[in-house]
Amino acid sequence: MTDTTHDAGTRRDFLYVASGAMGAVGVAAAAWPFIDQMNPSAAALALASTEIDISAVQAGQQIVFKWRGHPLFVRRRTPAEIAMSKAVDVSTLPDPLARNANLPDSAPATDADRAIKPEVLVLIGVCTHLGCTPTVSTPSAPEGEYGGWLCHCHGSQYDTAGRIRKGPAPQNLAVPPYAFLSDTRIKVG
Amino acid sequence: MSGQSTYNPKSGFEKWIDQRLPLPRLMHDTMQTFPTPRNLNIWYTFGGILTFCLVVQIVTGVVLAMHYVANAGMAFDSVERIMRDVNYGWLMRFIHSNGASMFFLAVYIHMFRGLYYGSYKAPRELIWILGVLIYLLMMATAFFGYVLPWGQMSFWGATVITNLFSAIPLVGTHIATWLWGDFAVGDATLNRFFSLHYLLPFIIAGVVGLHIWALHVPGNNNPLGIDVKSPQDTVPFHPYYTVKDAFYLCLFVIVFAVVVFYAPNFFGNPDNYIQANPLVTPTDIVPEWYLLPYYAMLRSIPNKLFGVIVMGGAIVTLFLIPWLDTSRVRSCRFRPLMKQFFWAFAVVCVILGYCGAQSVDAARFGIPLVWVARLGTIFYYAFFWLIMPIIGLVETPKKLPASIAQSVLGDSAAAAAE
Repeated sequence: MTDTTHDAGTRRDFLYVASGAMGAVGVAAAAWPFIDQMNPSAAALALASTEIDISAVQAGQQIVFKWRGHPLFVRRRTPAEIAMSKAVDVSTLPDPLARNANLPDSAPATDADRAIKPEVLVLIGVCTHLGCTPTVSTPSAPEGEYGGWLCHCHGSQYDTAGRIRKGPAPQNLAVPPYAFLSDTRIKVG
Repeated sequence: MSGQSTYNPKSGFEKWIDQRLPLPRLMHDTMQTFPTPRNLNIWYTFGGILTFCLVVQIVTGVVLAMHYVANAGMAFDSVERIMRDVNYGWLMRFIHSNGASMFFLAVYIHMFRGLYYGSYKAPRELIWILGVLIYLLMMATAFFGYVLPWGQMSFWGATVITNLFSAIPLVGTHIATWLWGDFAVGDATLNRFFSLHYLLPFIIAGVVGLHIWALHVPGNNNPLGIDVKSPQDTVPFHPYYTVKDAFYLCLFVIVFAVVVFYAPNFFGNPDNYIQANPLVTPTDIVPEWYLLPYYAMLRSIPNKLFGVIVMGGAIVTLFLIPWLDTSRVRSCRFRPLMKQFFWAFAVVCVILGYCGAQSVDAARFGIPLVWVARLGTIFYYAFFWLIMPIIGLVETPKKLPASIAQSVLGDSAAAAAE
């Protein structure tokens, strides 16, 4: 059967490999729609931006809005809270990056890089560990040691700029893309 | 499925069937005449009990799916409607929800039995591996099912578990988004979980078929852990073990019924009677009891990726047990050292479960539980990766009996029966 003069393979070998390769490509092409259908649909992607009114947020207070199905923290920080955050040396932070969608990825996690206006902190309220919503800390009801947030699920603690300070969370709370439309309205997304 | 078939079709119809689809022959050989060690004890009845549990879950599940609505806006209300309005809906749901707990109770007994009597050792490695695969599928099925009532624990449990995948470097967040079908757990997630929750039990049933097939090749292990040597060592499966299995199944069903009728919310979490709220996380997120030891491991590690690896590794380790145990003796009855470590391991699993159920900053007797969980996690790994291989080499096992018949019947009776 085998034609020994064809060292590089017979015509039959070629047909085997070619049809096998085409079959593999075909299976992959057929599998992709079944995999990709699980990704967010066009409707889910369309909900990507929202406008919110932040005039009701008092100093030292946080109001939770909803964006892309996630809680969105808007916290009006007191001067003391801002000062506390500014006093931190960025090089000592577990996550030294700003995680601010409005800035380049390499921006350092200084207090200034965490908010467009220092007194208004806008954060995605999703613990970067396993996605729970951290509880806000207030002087009357402190949560954690850093005056920011404590995640009760697995004990991650954030400071008054939403930066991770202690616990299993790997990153600072994310700052979403947002812009001030006026002093009291912001557009998120 | 293996060995000589003793099936003898009598009527013309039986012969006609046997030549075309020998299903009666299969049933006869595996469930009737199958030679089974004569010394199987109560702990060997849980295989049958587990089959019963799977059937109960599928039957009640199919019924519940007739009334349940897989939609984030309606799921919670539809479950309440099942509880209040659907005829016997409360019964179907309580059997199904507590059935999951009973299923895991039985599977843990079944697994610890296999561990104690060395049932994973050659030539039964694949039975064990298929069993761990079933266990993994059970955990996935139970997780998907727990999300469906769309209560607070459903939602936040789903959030935490799916976020485990976000720990994977580079592609993690894309995988999480792909699992959700959105940027967070939501309606799309609920729908696909319902679809998978309905699918997986049938896959489990398929793997159970392989598990039993693999079991019928070497036959059952037994409490002595020695091979069957002669027909004196065995009895036919029917009636000896059909009756024994049925008796212990009745006892199991009594316990099951007590839970369903007198303490149906015992295993549940009150937070799950609050509808899912994506903006508020419950103060303490606790998984179902059967996942608590793994949850304690996850929480004890102060690093996201490493925590997920340790938790996943705890399950991957189970697949490798047949090769981690170096002992030539199967049963712990003849392994004085291993027996002690086995019980220590069982206690550590319970302690880990206890730690997983407490809040993250809890302490007992002045000791932070997170440290107890860390020690427990270390012991869990050490048991399989150090203790098991080393003890197998250094331990002097007790003398094994000559045969099962001799051990059960005594020397003279075994000789007389020859």
